[in-house]
Amino acid sequence: MTRSPAGAASGPRRAPYLFLLPGAALFVLFLALPIGYALYLSLRRTEVKGLGLGSGARQEVWAGLANYTAALTDPELLNGALRVLGYGLVVIPAMLGLALLFALMLDADRRGRRDTALRGFARLSIFLPYAVPGVVSALLWGFLYLPSVSPFHYALERAGLPGPDLFSGGALYAALANIAVWGGTGFNMIVIYTALRAIPAEVYEAARLDGCSQWQIALRLKIPMVTPSLILTFFFSLIATLQVFSEPTTLRPLTNAVPSDWSPLMKIHQDAFARGDLHTAAAGAVVIAAVTLLLSFGFLRAANSRSHQDSR
Amino acid sequence: MSATATAVRAATAAPRGRRRPAGRIPTAVLLLGAAYCLLPVAWVVVAATKSGSELFSTFTFLPGSGLAENVAELSAYRDGVYWRWMANSALYAGVGALLSTAVSALSGYALALHRFRGREVIFNVLIAGVLMPPVILAIPQYLLLAKAGMADSYVSVLLPSILSPYGIYLARIYAAAAVPSDIVEAGRIDGAGEWRLFRSVALPMMLPGLVTVFLFQSVAIWNNFMLPYIMLGDDEKFPVTVGLFTLLQQGASAPALYTLVITGALLSVIPLIALFLVIQRFWSLDLLSGAVKS
Repeated sequence: MTRSPAGAASGPRRAPYLFLLPGAALFVLFLALPIGYALYLSLRRTEVKGLGLGSGARQEVWAGLANYTAALTDPELLNGALRVLGYGLVVIPAMLGLALLFALMLDADRRGRRDTALRGFARLSIFLPYAVPGVVSALLWGFLYLPSVSPFHYALERAGLPGPDLFSGGALYAALANIAVWGGTGFNMIVIYTALRAIPAEVYEAARLDGCSQWQIALRLKIPMVTPSLILTFFFSLIATLQVFSEPTTLRPLTNAVPSDWSPLMKIHQDAFARGDLHTAAAGAVVIAAVTLLLSFGFLRAANSRSHQDSR
Repeated sequence: MSATATAVRAATAAPRGRRRPAGRIPTAVLLLGAAYCLLPVAWVVVAATKSGSELFSTFTFLPGSGLAENVAELSAYRDGVYWRWMANSALYAGVGALLSTAVSALSGYALALHRFRGREVIFNVLIAGVLMPPVILAIPQYLLLAKAGMADSYVSVLLPSILSPYGIYLARIYAAAAVPSDIVEAGRIDGAGEWRLFRSVALPMMLPGLVTVFLFQSVAIWNNFMLPYIMLGDDEKFPVTVGLFTLLQQGASAPALYTLVITGALLSVIPLIALFLVIQRFWSLDLLSGAVKS
């Protein structure tokens, strides 16, 4: 029966939906539903009656956009957003600049066996931090920043110089940015390097016959040709930056200089779990999600109009 | 005469130029980068050998004498809760990544090799999921799972980790590249069922790509902090990231615990680095770029 032409036709028609079922079910349960719930929560508030005691004293009521007005005018959230903006302005150019530099260096002509081996070792080492969890890398660098443990402070002290306080002021941004750069450069390097490897050899051949130097080839040929990868890595870094949470959270026990609402996500986490105000937290989360999506779509649109090689 | 000289120079320059090495600069720059990336790892290897008093008193890169003692102390800490955290991490990353790969393979195969109504819409909605910040998810996920009575359980960390829009994206690209649609079509004409086509024709061809999906997912889950941090209250169920964080928090008031944190951090990265060294030999870099360039 199932082997009949009609059955064969109905098989492929239904089959893709069955194959997609587990993914779709998970999507609904753990993505769509939570987002819907967050939206719902963000539009409600808890009303406390009388002294706020007893079971009927706390009641959830409709709040309209009050939580959003509160979130958008909240100086703490705004300060967190500004801090993350400053942090992103350090992290993204430094990380992608280094990733591009290392990728170009990996792709440059080799001198021989020893060179190849050394570069293989370097590629592996630079990629290695990808395997280290954000919490652990923040923890390792945190100790390296700690004056009583740090080798840098030790060396500076020996030289008779005062060690810098990496946990305060502008240095804190650099200290946090360094952790992100350390963790993310290798992955981006591999993405860019793979794109470089995909450039056909004839392109270089032609450029060399025209008398281009290595430097010119890198600047005028390689960088423009990996622009799509650069856009993509920029885009992923931007999203990751907006969501920075575990690194500053991990540094907190080591110093008093990182407030518990340093980044917007930390503030939302604090609202939800330390203050128990789920409604404000939900509104803040929705705002961050909206900003992320807005940036992403705007950016993807800009990237698509620039690169014509989108095959989708 | 000068014309011949130029001609000779041009003739010798062209073939030499083709093979002219870039000098030592690229390798030197790369080695500097490697040194930067290895510095904290080297430090933790040395620091883990120091006893509590040595940590604060001797030069940081001078090895101490307390490694065995540190490991023993860490293992004894609260009846070996550290090893429990490591086992939990292995469980979350192993089982979670396996399930995630299975779901990604099914979805990616359907999206790549079937034509059906709503295909592009489903794909685009899934991809939009990549952009969703985990926080907007993690808190409501927690609330929903709490309502279902499932918060603070292994399931509460495992289930949300299974769906990976990025994994589905990779699986789709890999299925499209590795499974020729002619073969699937031929099998269909021969009367093979859709499930059988997937199991015995497509899956073996997709396997190398799925290994990458699995590795991506296991690293992502092992490294995850926020989800288990929010979901779990009982430290018996913590993965090692959350466990180390709580240990560090206690260390702030009792610096003697710092040696445990450092030793714990070292031991926690060893399995990942070992895995990393093994897999990078098999790691198909082309897949990564395929994922990136499409």
